[in-house]
Amino acid sequence: MSLEVNGKAYETDEEGYLANLSEWNLDLAEAMAKEDGCDLTENHWEVVNFLREYYDEYQIAPAVRVLTKAIGKRLGKDKGNSKYLYELFPYGPAKQACKYAGLPKPTGCV
Amino acid sequence: MVTEDTNHEGGQVKKFLYLNRRAPHGTNYAQEGLEVALIGAAFDQDVAMAYTDDGVFQLKKDQDTSDIGTKNFSATYGALGDYDVTRVYVELESLARRGLTKEDLMPLVYEDEDDDWEEKPLIRFVSEAELRDIIEEHE
Amino acid sequence: MLHTVNKSPFEKNSLHSCLRLSKPGANILLLEDGVYGALKGSDISEDIEASLADRGVYVLGPDLKARGIHDDRLIDGVQVVDYAGFVKLAVDAPRVQSWL
Repeated sequence: MSLEVNGKAYETDEEGYLANLSEWNLDLAEAMAKEDGCDLTENHWEVVNFLREYYDEYQIAPAVRVLTKAIGKRLGKDKGNSKYLYELFPYGPAKQACKYAGLPKPTGCV
Repeated sequence: MVTEDTNHEGGQVKKFLYLNRRAPHGTNYAQEGLEVALIGAAFDQDVAMAYTDDGVFQLKKDQDTSDIGTKNFSATYGALGDYDVTRVYVELESLARRGLTKEDLMPLVYEDEDDDWEEKPLIRFVSEAELRDIIEEHE
Repeated sequence: MLHTVNKSPFEKNSLHSCLRLSKPGANILLLEDGVYGALKGSDISEDIEASLADRGVYVLGPDLKARGIHDDRLIDGVQVVDYAGFVKLAVDAPRVQSWL
């Protein structure tokens, strides 16, 4: 499968995850979100950027429970809870946000 | 190795000890073993890790795979604490036989949720005799 | 003759057999998990030290780096080579034996 953005085709797996992490860019993230009917706000970007940093440090996309706890520590309890994160990413916070972040599906994802 | 405990809600909590005996990079065993343990931990398994034999090489610090073109998954051991894997045992005799010391391993830490997120060392160094007991406990 | 060993000496006996069955004048290259055999102060380092008297022992740099082993941890006399050095050792040798 592939997704075309600004005239360039990006290879993805059958669930829409980017095949080559290094090809990621902001426009691509926006386009992936648009396909899901989601407009990326500042709150979305906070999570997406967090995931990219986490992957950069640990070479792993965190499971939803791990993400929730880590967001809570970084951005405060009002954001580090399932309700807030599921409102932003109804298809599953780790799963959906990782996709827009250009990461593989999370390790231990639900 | 799996044991079953009954938690206070009456459900079954399985205690897993993952025994890691293989060196990283030459084969996939180490990387896959780590992933399996993390997936189990993400699903609320009570996970402990033990490193013995060539498995101790997995935790060697300064690993850099940029010249062999594989993923440097040694960074992922740093996420064990985030997955609530806080019992990580390394057998001292295995280190010594390989010319390694405690200081050769990554200084892994976890943040203790019950102690105001204080950073604590993740690795517990154990003797052969202690590891024998740990394995038995999980049997 | 060039002998190559790519298995950890602490797990398999490939290095042991290679040392036992190689002749004086031969070169031995340790690569992949075989590079652990070049560590100083291990249970098997004396075997390598003994073989250095009449054989050349080389170790592949990129595989050392991947495993976090710096040169100062290697047995004295073991030489680090890059991929080009590996190729040169193989080309210069009349025969290459892999100890799998």
